[in-house]
Amino acid sequence: MPKRTDIRKILLIGSGPIIIGQGCEFDYSGTQACRALKEEEFQVILVNSNPATIMTDPEIADATYIEPLTLEIMEKIIEKERPDAILPTMGGQTALNLATGLFDAGILQRFGVELIGASYEAILAAEDRGIFKEIVKRTGLSVPKSGCVKNMQEAIDLQVLFPAIIRPSFTLGGTGASIACNLSEFEAAVREGIAASPVHEVLIEQSLLGWKEFELEVMRDRNDNVVIVCSIENIDPMGIHTGDSITVAPAQTLTDKTYQLMRDAAKKIIRAVGVETGGSNIQFAIHPKTGEMQVIEMNPRVSRSSALASKATGFPIAKIAAKLAIGLTLDEIQNDITRATPACFEPSIDYVVVKIPRFAFEKFPTADPTLTMKMKSVGEVMAIGRNFKEAFQKAIRSLEIGQMGLEPTHLAKEDLMERLSCPTYDRIFYVADAMRHCITLDEINAVTHIDPWFLGQIKEIIDIEKELSSIPLYMRHVPSLENPFYQLLHKAKRAGFSDSRISTIFGETRAPVMNVAAWRKQVGILPVYKKVDTCGGEFEAHTPYYYSSYDQECEANPTNRKKVLILGSGPNRIGQGIEFDYCCVHAALAVRELGCEAIMVNCNPETVSTDYDISDRLYFEPLTFEDVMAIVEKERPIGVIVQFGGQTPLKLAVPLTEAGVLILGTSSDAIDRAEDRERFKNLIQELGLRQPESGITRDAREALLIAYKIGFPILVRPSYVLGGRAMEIIYDKEDLVRYMRDVVQPTDGRPVLIDQYLEDAIEIDVDAVSDGTDVFIGGIMEHIEEAGIHSGDSACSLPPISLSESILIAIQDQTARLAKALSVVGLMNVQYALKNDLLYVLEVNPRGSRTVPFVSKATGVPLAKIAMKAILGVSLSEMGLTKPRPIAHMAVKEAVFPFLRLSVDPILGPEMKSTGEAMGIDWDFGMAYAKAQSASANKIPLQGKVFLSVKDKDKPQLLPIAKQLSELGFFLIATRGTASYLEEMGLNVTHVNKVKEGSPHIVHLLEKGEIQLVINTVGDRASQVDSSSIRKTVLHVGIPYFTTLAGARAALCGIISLQKGEMDVAPLKKYHQEKV
Amino acid sequence: MTKLKKVFCKMKQAILLLEDGAHFLGRSFGADGTAIGEVVFNTSLTGYQEILTDPSYKGQMVTMTYPMIGNYGVNPNDMESNQIWAEGFIVREYTSPGSYPRFAGRGTRSEPLDLLLRKNNIVAIDQIDTRALTRKLRDKGAMQGILSTQNFEPNSLFQQLKTSPSLVGQDLVSQVTCRESYSWNQEGKFHLVAYDFGIKQNILRMLVEQNCRVTVVPARTTSKQALALRPDGIVLSNGPGDPEALSYAISNTRALLGQKPILGICLGHQILGLALGGRCYKLKFGHHGGNHPVMDLSTRKIAITAQNHGFAVDPASLEKDIEVTHINLNDGTVEGMRHKRLQASSFQYHPEGSPGPHDAHDLFKGFIGQLSQ
Repeated sequence: MPKRTDIRKILLIGSGPIIIGQGCEFDYSGTQACRALKEEEFQVILVNSNPATIMTDPEIADATYIEPLTLEIMEKIIEKERPDAILPTMGGQTALNLATGLFDAGILQRFGVELIGASYEAILAAEDRGIFKEIVKRTGLSVPKSGCVKNMQEAIDLQVLFPAIIRPSFTLGGTGASIACNLSEFEAAVREGIAASPVHEVLIEQSLLGWKEFELEVMRDRNDNVVIVCSIENIDPMGIHTGDSITVAPAQTLTDKTYQLMRDAAKKIIRAVGVETGGSNIQFAIHPKTGEMQVIEMNPRVSRSSALASKATGFPIAKIAAKLAIGLTLDEIQNDITRATPACFEPSIDYVVVKIPRFAFEKFPTADPTLTMKMKSVGEVMAIGRNFKEAFQKAIRSLEIGQMGLEPTHLAKEDLMERLSCPTYDRIFYVADAMRHCITLDEINAVTHIDPWFLGQIKEIIDIEKELSSIPLYMRHVPSLENPFYQLLHKAKRAGFSDSRISTIFGETRAPVMNVAAWRKQVGILPVYKKVDTCGGEFEAHTPYYYSSYDQECEANPTNRKKVLILGSGPNRIGQGIEFDYCCVHAALAVRELGCEAIMVNCNPETVSTDYDISDRLYFEPLTFEDVMAIVEKERPIGVIVQFGGQTPLKLAVPLTEAGVLILGTSSDAIDRAEDRERFKNLIQELGLRQPESGITRDAREALLIAYKIGFPILVRPSYVLGGRAMEIIYDKEDLVRYMRDVVQPTDGRPVLIDQYLEDAIEIDVDAVSDGTDVFIGGIMEHIEEAGIHSGDSACSLPPISLSESILIAIQDQTARLAKALSVVGLMNVQYALKNDLLYVLEVNPRGSRTVPFVSKATGVPLAKIAMKAILGVSLSEMGLTKPRPIAHMAVKEAVFPFLRLSVDPILGPEMKSTGEAMGIDWDFGMAYAKAQSASANKIPLQGKVFLSVKDKDKPQLLPIAKQLSELGFFLIATRGTASYLEEMGLNVTHVNKVKEGSPHIVHLLEKGEIQLVINTVGDRASQVDSSSIRKTVLHVGIPYFTTLAGARAALCGIISLQKGEMDVAPLKKYHQEKV
Repeated sequence: MTKLKKVFCKMKQAILLLEDGAHFLGRSFGADGTAIGEVVFNTSLTGYQEILTDPSYKGQMVTMTYPMIGNYGVNPNDMESNQIWAEGFIVREYTSPGSYPRFAGRGTRSEPLDLLLRKNNIVAIDQIDTRALTRKLRDKGAMQGILSTQNFEPNSLFQQLKTSPSLVGQDLVSQVTCRESYSWNQEGKFHLVAYDFGIKQNILRMLVEQNCRVTVVPARTTSKQALALRPDGIVLSNGPGDPEALSYAISNTRALLGQKPILGICLGHQILGLALGGRCYKLKFGHHGGNHPVMDLSTRKIAITAQNHGFAVDPASLEKDIEVTHINLNDGTVEGMRHKRLQASSFQYHPEGSPGPHDAHDLFKGFIGQLSQ
């Protein structure tokens, strides 16, 4: 069927800021969808509040709105743009919820907007667990039985199979949940559960703990053709969220008969639910012994798994789904890879794909690291190999968690079994350790429920490790593949062992990693590159999408063109997210615009950079020295780009330089000069600039001396950390002693950096580009929160709100001088602090920063692209970029946090905790700030009751805020200390008890929804603990809150703007075109 | 030194040599011996057991493009006949299923694949670059190959290979068909006679599901003998090799045309094509896999199908009364045809799957529908 002609204009909804469970995979899918729709000549309107996305680049859609993803805003955009249809299946749960919300509110009907991709009914059918279960049951498939009951008879009538989970309803924190394996246990649990529940009700559910978990990626077109793009098997069994599981594609342990039954089931379900066009993800559980199959759930949209499936197979699910949504059928769409066959087929792959999630528990020591049904990971890596072992070990070293393979944990055997029974992010390492301790695979299977096939594969890795450790190294002296030593080395490489891991096993002193590499190379043990081609080699492939393997034939066929290797940013984690992928994508596009060949290396399947049509060639490989060097040796690029992908490629700058590889742009020496404290100190002195006083030490006593010299408060952190890990502000001697004892000692006496902490200073971020001669200031951002809050966690405003002209000139001047002194070519980010009109240089990063995409979106100048062109020799003056561009509007960036999901206290500090960001853009600061808050789910109220509780030091500064709030019509509520202070100052305040003062207390009021806004600042640790229940309740109830006075002041601006008039919407281009 | 020997004792080797002289040295994981056959590749991700036991692979050695094979073992329910017919088996990496008996349906237990290979005396090789082999076959076309665990001397292997006959013009059906006719089941509304050219058991299972009673007859059964069984319809099964070599089957089929409704599957489809006066030709490297899109030209609907054939019916050779009903979307080859007057229809692909998708199961229903008219 040809594409539809009755619709012309399509609104696409993005997924908003990056949060746990909704990562950058939706930038990948949304970008693909936009491009696909434009390719089919539809007009595309895009809404997303996340500036760090490729999809919000001005050239992707016809009109781009960076606006909060709320119903009110959506209504305004629809009213303004009058789209014919909305495609809600590309923006995750956020977009689906908005779409159904718009329908429920009658907005779609009022403006005659159709939902394409998934109808309202289909979304409901898939999303409502009750309806979904009914529909699945009607097709004859089975679902785990469950139900809510109020007495024993109802419980027994449910006929739930054992083991069953019994959960009392409405108890806090899931207390009282129990598992029953037989009738007597069941009856006891139900009886107790009903008694424990305040509403005398229990939820009973069949437990699928330990069942094998599978996913199918299904596509359907409007002619009812259905294909399965990919099957995915979870190594971790049911009970662990699939986003937190190690997964493998394709399914490894299913016979064809079982697989085909699952395939049939998927077809039935997508039809019954009524997803007419597009992709869906359906999850199944299979009992390991009986083979019984249960349907778990369905996502009627593209998902994290479909992004993985796309990268795993080469089949671009989002792109095809978008084309199906506008009426094309699968047979009418070409397979881009073969260019000869249609998209109506099921990819056959001739490699194994392993995905491993990346966690951030080190950032949240109080969060529970046990893996459950609730997703906790912040990113993931994917690796491809010609067998499971290779893919698995490549994935491990892609994670960048300091593991170059299945390294031993050195845990005692007695403790291992306990570790095995509890699923945590690092359990797989304990599994390997158990094998080293000769615990049988059956025993491991019994506690972990990991399929014996996977255990067998891991065992093979351990067996090779044993062989490696027992072979005499002197055998290497006969360099030949006939020599058992080299045969073993070859075997190990084929099983995915890194040189570094082999070196460790041999003993690093006897076999340094460079030697291991040299040994194998002299006998020709080298990786080859294979193509990802969707068809198992059956047809010729035209896509330059490669992975390495230790096999015979290499298909890379490098060209003779001038080429640039761009190193990506690896797995998303806190401190290094989508912003860096954004920069890498721009770098690739710029390289291509200049007629060079762009070669991308990355291992993150969620990203746009790993789309095979972004660069000329894509290598899906770990970002380690060995893996990158092998590509360099194969491709022979003119140089390597390390400045766009964050710390990951930066760490490789020095080893690559030492290996004779040219680092394009800023040299690795300049990078070192900016990163090395001493060298940097000298640079600042040379330039006559100012820096907070500092010291460095390994010793607790010396730390005290330094602290006294500088004066408290001080900022302390271990050297060489990313994202402010273990960084703290220390106010007194006792706290410093604790820090040196508890935090530093465990890190093997690495030096501790001590800095003067500029209390209540204003922090400023600058992004600039230099071509080696001139410097272009891309944007100067003023942080809302004071210096000391990690810059990634702070809101900021572009242009600055309170800086004087002379300060701005000083910032520009100092930035330019720093760039020249460091011979920066490319991007540079400088952080300043302003205190008492004195400017301090906090940090210089001669590389792409987190704020580059925000600055680009706010100003309309694509900084990363410009930087890449400058690196390749195009001067800034040739690009017409000599002076900063003034803008007439305000843009505010706000961070979003995983506090609620990880159940931790939402306090900001010098350690970065945010997972993503949102942007608000408008003509005045208040409105832009209000939009940014709304976009990060912290919607500022217009009226109501404000709860105020601040540390003593903050009280004087609270006064004007409280006064103004009162004038704006808010009622003030405060605990005793704050209340009496404000009353003394003549304000009308209602008292409320602290929690420890007894009920009714503040938490009660919060829970009852009687508070509309919370302003709460805390001082030392003790008071943090005291008031943590307030903040936890605020998070759970979803009340807007501010934990800094600076934030509260900005919120006031927002309230004033909002009281003057409603939020209005405008496309990004309108802001960019406005003349100053 | 003894310990060293134990750890590093050489794995048992195997070698694959192709008619263009290329050879691949790997590990043997099946029986000892030397085998010769046409080397083909199959792109199915699962179903190695069904593939090995499909009689259509007589005369061929199968390369699996999926690199890890053996993961779930083998079990009695997944046999497509009672033995392995493929001449040899070629994979990137053989793996055993792990320690415990894996679920295999209806209470049966699984065993490792290498055991089944040895029981059937089939030579098998792994640890070779199967993708390189596949790309070679794709570019140069299917080739004869020799697989050995005994002789590693390329020249003598090459001599042995050169003296072996090619698949073209060979009657392989005689080697796989049943000796005598037998009843597959006792009950059923319709009685079908199924010509066994190398029939897969799942075709029989599917027919039983459609309420049929099936009598399986040897390939050389005459039309008279077949009609004497008073069937309601005739099924021409799948099978190995070149259809042109089967003159007896072609003439028997010609005699049955118009007498009873006829359903041809795979080789049966080619035999029907020849019986109707058409021609067949050899494909470059054939269709072997479970992901081939086939369009039903009357409904424009697409089924993902299992396929296993090296020859195809030439649509230009078909007379007017014969309608091409299905085509392969990858290369446009004929996948189904129907005679407009003589109740005869056929499919190049495998509606019974096994291994492969069930999308085309309804074809059996369609055929049975004809019988009840």
